[in-house]
Amino acid sequence: MMSTDLRSAMGEFKVHRVRFFDYMPSGIRALAFNQDTERMAVARMDGSVEVFHCSDRFFQEKIIPGREQFGIEGLSWVGERLFSAGLNGGITEYDLTNQKVKYTIDAYGGPIWTIAGNQQGTHLAVGCEDGTVKLFEVNEDNIQFERNLDRQKSRIVSLSWHPSGSKIAAGMMDMIQVFNVETGHSMHRMLADRGVGTSRSKECVVWSVVYLSDGTIITGDSVGMVKLWDDQTGTLIKSHNVTKCDVLALSVSQNEDSLVAGTSEGIVVQFQFVSMVLGKDDKEWVRTRTFRNHTHDIRAVAEITTAVVSGGMDAQLVVRPLLDKIEERSAASALRKIHFPHRRLVACARKSGLMLFQYPGHLELWRLGESEGKGIPGSSLFVKRNPEKLLHLKVKGEDHIRCSAVSPCGEWIVYSTASTLRLYRLHCDNNNISITKISKLPKVLSSANQLCFSSDSSHLFSASAQSSVHLVSISQSGCKFVGTLKPKSGSHQAIHLLAASEDGKWVASANSDHEVHIYNLQTRKAHCTVPIYSSAVTAMGIHPATNCLFMMHADQQMFEYSIEQKQYTDWSRTVQRKGLHRLWVERDTPCLNVMFNPQNPSHVILHDMYMLCIIDQSLPLPDDKTQFYNQLTLKSLTEEQRKSHSHAFKVCKTFKDILCVELMPDQSLVVVERPLEDIATQLPAPIKQKKFAT
Amino acid sequence: MWLGFGFNLIKIFYVSADVLRVLSATDSEPVVLFCCGAVRFLDSLLASPQQPIEDVLTEDEIIRWSTIIKAEHQLVILFSTEQRGEHCLYVQRFNPNTLMKHRFETEPGFSAPINFSATCRGSNIHLLYLYLNGSVYESVLPFRSSSTGAEVVQALSRSLCLSLPLGEEKLMSGAAVVLDEAHVAVVGFPHPSAGACKDYLCIWNTHFQTLQACKEMAGRIYSQLWCYSGKLYVPHGKMLSVIPFDCQKSSLAAAMGKQKCALVLSFVTYDVFFLLFLQNIKSALTVDQLIQHIKTSAVEDVQAEVGEFIRRTPQADLQLAAGRVALELVSRSQTDANFYPQCAFLLLLETRYLCYSVCPELLSLAMVKKDFHLCQIAFQIFSDIPEAVTCACLKTILSTPDLEMETVNLDTDSVIFMKELTRAQSRSDEEGGQLNGFCPPALESDVSDTPSNKLQRDPLALDTSCPVGLHKGALLNEVLQTAYSDRSLLPHLKDLTVPQVIVFLQYLRFLYFKYSHDAHKQIRALRTPSISQIIDWVCLLLDAHFTVLAVAPEAKRLVFDLHKFVRSQVKLYAELGKIEGSLQVLKNSKQSEDFGMYAIHVIELF
Repeated sequence: MMSTDLRSAMGEFKVHRVRFFDYMPSGIRALAFNQDTERMAVARMDGSVEVFHCSDRFFQEKIIPGREQFGIEGLSWVGERLFSAGLNGGITEYDLTNQKVKYTIDAYGGPIWTIAGNQQGTHLAVGCEDGTVKLFEVNEDNIQFERNLDRQKSRIVSLSWHPSGSKIAAGMMDMIQVFNVETGHSMHRMLADRGVGTSRSKECVVWSVVYLSDGTIITGDSVGMVKLWDDQTGTLIKSHNVTKCDVLALSVSQNEDSLVAGTSEGIVVQFQFVSMVLGKDDKEWVRTRTFRNHTHDIRAVAEITTAVVSGGMDAQLVVRPLLDKIEERSAASALRKIHFPHRRLVACARKSGLMLFQYPGHLELWRLGESEGKGIPGSSLFVKRNPEKLLHLKVKGEDHIRCSAVSPCGEWIVYSTASTLRLYRLHCDNNNISITKISKLPKVLSSANQLCFSSDSSHLFSASAQSSVHLVSISQSGCKFVGTLKPKSGSHQAIHLLAASEDGKWVASANSDHEVHIYNLQTRKAHCTVPIYSSAVTAMGIHPATNCLFMMHADQQMFEYSIEQKQYTDWSRTVQRKGLHRLWVERDTPCLNVMFNPQNPSHVILHDMYMLCIIDQSLPLPDDKTQFYNQLTLKSLTEEQRKSHSHAFKVCKTFKDILCVELMPDQSLVVVERPLEDIATQLPAPIKQKKFAT
Repeated sequence: MWLGFGFNLIKIFYVSADVLRVLSATDSEPVVLFCCGAVRFLDSLLASPQQPIEDVLTEDEIIRWSTIIKAEHQLVILFSTEQRGEHCLYVQRFNPNTLMKHRFETEPGFSAPINFSATCRGSNIHLLYLYLNGSVYESVLPFRSSSTGAEVVQALSRSLCLSLPLGEEKLMSGAAVVLDEAHVAVVGFPHPSAGACKDYLCIWNTHFQTLQACKEMAGRIYSQLWCYSGKLYVPHGKMLSVIPFDCQKSSLAAAMGKQKCALVLSFVTYDVFFLLFLQNIKSALTVDQLIQHIKTSAVEDVQAEVGEFIRRTPQADLQLAAGRVALELVSRSQTDANFYPQCAFLLLLETRYLCYSVCPELLSLAMVKKDFHLCQIAFQIFSDIPEAVTCACLKTILSTPDLEMETVNLDTDSVIFMKELTRAQSRSDEEGGQLNGFCPPALESDVSDTPSNKLQRDPLALDTSCPVGLHKGALLNEVLQTAYSDRSLLPHLKDLTVPQVIVFLQYLRFLYFKYSHDAHKQIRALRTPSISQIIDWVCLLLDAHFTVLAVAPEAKRLVFDLHKFVRSQVKLYAELGKIEGSLQVLKNSKQSEDFGMYAIHVIELF
């Protein structure tokens, strides 16, 4: 299909604009913030758990894929360990190093609605459908059931430990119970009022509860109230009517001076503990701010040091900075909305014009369309042949896909779940497509964190436990284990990026401890390690001509490292010395792919969610006085004038909501877009929608 | 004689003749004028106090007026004398010292100029003098004398530059001051159109013999007037008004009032602050004292005291006190028919601390007294006038004859707006009402309405003369801008009589047509009713009186016109909607973002 109409002008590209990847992000169900490590754990409706690094531009560090019928209802950190519980009745601990489930144990209390760990890190409490609060002791490598607290008549919907660890408040249907952990007996029972009118007959669900160290218990319920109770007397101190529908989530700040409540109207309401009279100590909880960033129900909120994080059915993670807690304006002080995963979900077989789309439960293989004739920039070409879906590959088993890859020649497809790895060979004669599963894979290929083919499609790289990379040769005759590439030292964190060189000599891996190891494929030994940078690697690629490794980081910095000389290149040093343009550094989505143009060795092609950028390393770098987004200006100038106005960053903002950009050998670009409007139209209708005059 | 700035340096000099005045101009040596007409520099006189002073004037010649003028580092002293009914002007120049004597030509019956004003323009001194018969003459004297010692006393050549109108009353005094080459401020002479007993400050344009601006001054004017560095000082009643003024380049258009904002004086925007100089108040009164005074004192005293009170009381206290004072003033005014301190009310309103609720009776009092000026200010300042009161005021305004209304002193800005609004119409009529050859399409596609009427009437070009007088219009504009709620206003609107409704509707229609022609956009005014306010009032009026209007024969034409006009507007908007739609389509087709699931584009990066 490769039409060979190479463009004479070096900046002109034919673009395959693809919008048929129906990626649907899953709704957010729970959030848990770890103050010590500054990590935000996010549980989604499909059972996946993600870990974001709050102080590294909210980079999605870890992704633990979910599985069918594995609904998570609650998340809790205990120290650096992460636990979840769900309606299947089990409590799960995660192996965050290898990004998989460590174990799941049944609590034997029916569906679990909530999970909470105490601050001391000794116990977990879960609230069950059968009305029990179950305490689990946290041991070194597992958890053990200890005892039940007094059983109640209705299900336990929400739980909160008193910071001392001696009391637990539990939200239920129509009431709140306060338990003494020592005795297991209920100390107080507080009744939550039902709504008035027709909702009188409906139970009041206490969706969320927060226990403060001064003994105040704060609850959010289905009547739309945020209520403050005194645990000494068991009486209501104050109630705030926040909404006409449900208050689904509450979160209090570390120093207990601010509280946020998420509602099913999609608004977040902030309360602050402030003194009513200036200079006096009589403090009260006062409703202060309202944030409207969601279209659907907010299922989880978390107040971190400088921001309010919220997530819900509209599947976006919203980080709303609290400007009073931010000292200077920076990238951290801007509103951040995370729509797409910080991983590539699209793989391209460059030499055969195929695209592999990774959905949670299946893979789709598409062939790109073909155009006819030429067009001037800005025009669209006649599509001679439409793109074609070649394959729909369903995953065996309940686990969701963790990673997948298609070989450059288009002959091999591989994917891995948490439990299995499968390799398929694609047969393509004219219109007949068939695949065969390769059986008898080497044992090391039982599961992979990341997969990558060599550029000649003869080898498969599989990132495995302890930051190692298995090397497997693949051919028509079968699949043979060749060796394991292990780092000389360093952490055992899972690898999330792999990059192989065009000449087959080198492969680079990046893990979530920001380590980048480079291996020599001829000796199968570690060649060197790139100096560790403070921010995570979001994308990398090895230059086909110079064998320099080009790395993009979450803080938008870029480095070019010469593999052969084991040092940063002069260009990279120049970039670091001069600094990047302010507008470049302030972008809020990470670059997800690094590509090179064989026709123009000085060009590096990058993309993030909102733009496509060609960095011309032969041009001067822009300084802060230069107009950064200068494409429109350059367009209006003559060829001669352009030379003096050009700088290294050629940013194209024609496309938006980009999931993937790939450069094909015929110099055409594939841009896979997933318009957010399309996602919005496919979301379920909000439970409560603000209608005019209601 | 004080010398220096200290009080400790006191020295008494005895000179050998009677001193009349010490004259001094800025940045120059003071000059001593003796009763005998001789002139000495102060320094030289102090150096030898006992030097002989010559007699310039004859024995029974008395100096009536004197001044000093300085220009080009040259001092000139002018003084006029009287001797047995003959009046002369002496011009004393220095370096070389020359003294010229001129004789004033006598007016039959009015022998003496009553007031002088000298200014220096170019290399000449312009002397303006006023006779009691209203003639203002100007004489031009050269700065440097060319003739040396011509002994013959010549008559002073003069030109009549203004003839002031005289009222019926016999005038005793008056004063005129030159403001610039074209403008003269006059007090003591009656306003040409106002009643005789009013005291006005008038600004006349001598080029075009027109009255440029005027201001009524409360109380008697003492025929004294000073002009100093851009401000006029007018003592009147028990006050001294300081009026900043600004003379603009005079043109015929401005003089005839054709050109907007070329008025010489605009009193509205200037602060007029009142200095109490006649009454020596030692300290500010407290509120309670003031209220006691209000109960008993005369109007003038009360006004002065209120002014002083407002000036001296701190803002925070004033906020509390203003309401009490106003209440007390209103209650006395209600019981005492002769007591109506308008000035005090205006001053209190100006503090902006009054609102309707604080002193509800004020507005009705003003209505009873037909004090429309106060009403207007109250409408502008009060934001909480109840709909019932608004309607009552509206009724009073509508029922007051235009003639009576025109004599009322109103906020100039609003009157200017009305003037411009009515003028805009006549102007556009002169231009033929068409721009760029635009011919409003004969809209009658529905010819059935007027089948026999060959001359198609364009509703956009209706006869739109203002149905009410300017002042009434200005007041109605204030009513239109008040806050109200439909539901409470509607029942009170029903109180209006049919003729009142018709007049008001006609006026609203006039406004609406004007606005539709964009006439108001060329007029710069501080407060103008908005088009939506006008439409709301039209709707409310029609709502309230629809049945009556439908049957009243005299309202038929009006309702019909309104209907037609609205229909044409609806048609226009329908057409605009179509245009908007097609433009939107154009915009969308240009974007052509929606390419479906797949497209192959060509992009270029530079």
